[in-house]
Amino acid sequence: MEAAGTTTAATAARPEIVMHGLKERPRGWLEWLTTTDHKQIGILYLFTTFLFFIIGGVEALLMRLQLAAPNNTLVQPETYNGLVTMHGTTMIFLFIVPVLAGFANYMVPLMIGARDMAFPRLNALSFWLLLFGGIAFYAAVFFEPPQTGWTFYAPLSDDAYSPSGGVDAWIFLIHLTGISSLLGAINFVATIHNMRARGMSWGRMPLFIWSILVYSYLLILALPAIAAAVTMLLTDRHFGTDFFDATGGGDPMLWQHLFWFFGHPEVYIMILPAFGMISEILPVFARKPIFGYKAIAASTVAIAFLGMLVWAHHMFTTPTATVVLAFFMLSSFAIAVPTGIKIFNWIATLWRGQIVFRTALMFAAALPALFVIGGISGVLLAIFPVDWQLHDTYFVVAHLHYVLFGGSVFGIFAGLYYWFPKMSGRLLSEALGKTSFWTMFVGFNMTFLVQHSMGLSGMPRRIYDYSSTLHVSGYNLVSTIGSFILGIGVLITVVNVIASLKSGRRAGNDPWRANTLEWFTQSPPPPNNFDVVPRVRSVEPMKDIRREVEEVGRPAGSVAQPVASGT
Amino acid sequence: MMRRALASPRTRRLLVVALCGAPVALLAFAPGALADALTPESGGGSENAEAIDTLYKVALYIAIVIFLMVEGTLLWSLVRFRFRRRGPDAAQIRGNTPLELGWTIGAGLILLVLTAVTFIYLARIENPPASDPGGLQSQRGQLAALGQPAPPGGRSLDIHVNGQQYIWRFDYPGKPQLFSYHELVVPTGTTVTLKITASDVDHSWWIPKLGGKADAVPGHVNETWFKVERGEEGVYGGQCAELCGSGHADMRALVHAVTPAEFQAWSQRQRDDIKAAQEGLARQREQREKANEVD
Repeated sequence: MEAAGTTTAATAARPEIVMHGLKERPRGWLEWLTTTDHKQIGILYLFTTFLFFIIGGVEALLMRLQLAAPNNTLVQPETYNGLVTMHGTTMIFLFIVPVLAGFANYMVPLMIGARDMAFPRLNALSFWLLLFGGIAFYAAVFFEPPQTGWTFYAPLSDDAYSPSGGVDAWIFLIHLTGISSLLGAINFVATIHNMRARGMSWGRMPLFIWSILVYSYLLILALPAIAAAVTMLLTDRHFGTDFFDATGGGDPMLWQHLFWFFGHPEVYIMILPAFGMISEILPVFARKPIFGYKAIAASTVAIAFLGMLVWAHHMFTTPTATVVLAFFMLSSFAIAVPTGIKIFNWIATLWRGQIVFRTALMFAAALPALFVIGGISGVLLAIFPVDWQLHDTYFVVAHLHYVLFGGSVFGIFAGLYYWFPKMSGRLLSEALGKTSFWTMFVGFNMTFLVQHSMGLSGMPRRIYDYSSTLHVSGYNLVSTIGSFILGIGVLITVVNVIASLKSGRRAGNDPWRANTLEWFTQSPPPPNNFDVVPRVRSVEPMKDIRREVEEVGRPAGSVAQPVASGT
Repeated sequence: MMRRALASPRTRRLLVVALCGAPVALLAFAPGALADALTPESGGGSENAEAIDTLYKVALYIAIVIFLMVEGTLLWSLVRFRFRRRGPDAAQIRGNTPLELGWTIGAGLILLVLTAVTFIYLARIENPPASDPGGLQSQRGQLAALGQPAPPGGRSLDIHVNGQQYIWRFDYPGKPQLFSYHELVVPTGTTVTLKITASDVDHSWWIPKLGGKADAVPGHVNETWFKVERGEEGVYGGQCAELCGSGHADMRALVHAVTPAEFQAWSQRQRDDIKAAQEGLARQREQREKANEVD
């Protein structure tokens, strides 16, 4: 795409902006290293985080291989605990949270009709901090990876029990990715509050933008707690303090409270933007407006608020008074109401639609189907006496994967199939996409459905080995086979992306007949995003534009492509 | 492309049924009975484990109804309202306030029911009952753990559990000293209250058939209890449920439930063994000191 200035200069009738003394932007790889363009930064985020997704996935497959049979000796217990820790940390801090930031980076300015993010250089800093956080963490592979699980419970993570530098590498990761997320969140808040197109009031903001706004506020509220906790852990490990050491007057429970005060909002940080994505995708492919816009936006805020008040439901088995447990049970129950509202609204959106089965729709419709299972097992876990049996077993592993894979990752894949044409200008192959979807769907359920039963039969999580007397060998074998099917499904999408980048069909500006402003500009969008930003009159500005075009009687392309029709 | 892949509506419907049926069938034919695959462990006759099992089942039945309703409506919508060339236009509905209020209140009511059911069962799960008349008699009246009401009659066997990398230590009350590692021997028909702590990192005490977990946290004392019924003598297995290091998976625990008479005999034997071992150690120390003096 040519720069906007030269294009407008060519069409004589337009007002012309001439810029002097601007340096030429560097080309090639230097362009990517120095870019402050939100779209390029978005691509960098997406590429990096998908790379970490593959790494984390391979770690998961190694664990599943080890657990395929009882008394297996494929990996050492230390290696297994390292894999547990790396897998959890990678998926949460280096994949789901930042991949959502990647989509948001690319889409937020486009969806609200802005030229870029509010602070473009800060935006670049966010990405590079994330990358170096990931590198600092993975450097531990070359000495000794941490072996404490992604929760890093003190005193196990203290220097007495984890003397290796792996824990310190993790502390660096938390600080670097934490600052990255904080800066990114501040940037999103500033952008969404100040840079929306004319007419885009709060009630006309796309639901994905609502979810990113709430995601950002949650990050700002939750991250300081973990930053404080890991700093205390750092001084405990190296400077002789005893924050988490009971023998020195500290308290291991303090770690758990600080960690989960961050850790539970983190769960909603990971799921709300995926909810936002499918709230955009379902109406487009059902050819219907979203059902209950206000309820979905309000429930996003309600989930975030309640999400700050449920952290101790991760601590039901700790020495804690019953009245506290009862409070956290009730607050956790309460979250089921706004979550349920969302699911009912999505189903009502599909109801009496004309549902076009493209891959994006299939991933988007799988999200509520799978999330319901994770939501229901979540309510069972919230009943604290029941949690005494289920806590720290494979039941919890199944629950969290139904929420984070069935929820977030299926949402992220829906977003990928939906927005890839906008980002690349080319369509992904539908045949490969649907094959990938069904393979992932079958593999996912095969892997994680049986894990409920493993947990109910008494198999704790985070064990490298189990006895055949536990009667979970059959479940484990099924789960391992399923995980490889799931892996193949993901791989098909990777192939699809690589192939379609080169030879996918041209997408055009608006291949899906969608509702929001990003489809108004070209695919991929030019550096300045929009030459003309239309005035927003409803929550579906593109629908208004199409209707106007039909009334005037001109072909849709002439308005949807206001400038670059010559290129 | 898709139309050819999933040829007719009938094939598609079959596929949907197969995909939904497969996981259910898998569960049904997986090793172990269906009931066992869907509910937590119980069966030691310990009332807390039984009550958790019942509470879980009540919640599960409600959950299954909700699950079928939600998934059913979702699947029905997807199949019934799929794009058709001469189908009706998509209904341009933006919301329905009574319907939305209805499902909000409905969801709230279901959760209220769950709350009520939980508090009904909570007392049976949390509060230790009295030992049976045939239970361990010689035990002096022990108060149950802090924060728990005393079992009626005040009799229970109070054992201190200490989690250590990677073994459990059990200290029994009374003198001379009585303790054991790995295997906890208890009399049946007797309420056993546990005071649980750890001396290095966090661990978690869990015997699935005898009730829920209790984390062992350094600097804190956690409490739980169980009571194995008369006639349910046997060995109950479990393992540490909180990642505690490289040996975590091998940190197993056994509860060996025996009749009160056998327990008396065992505790006498164990006390004697400990005493003998300690005396032996003391003798060795003396001899070594003497040898040192000679040098």
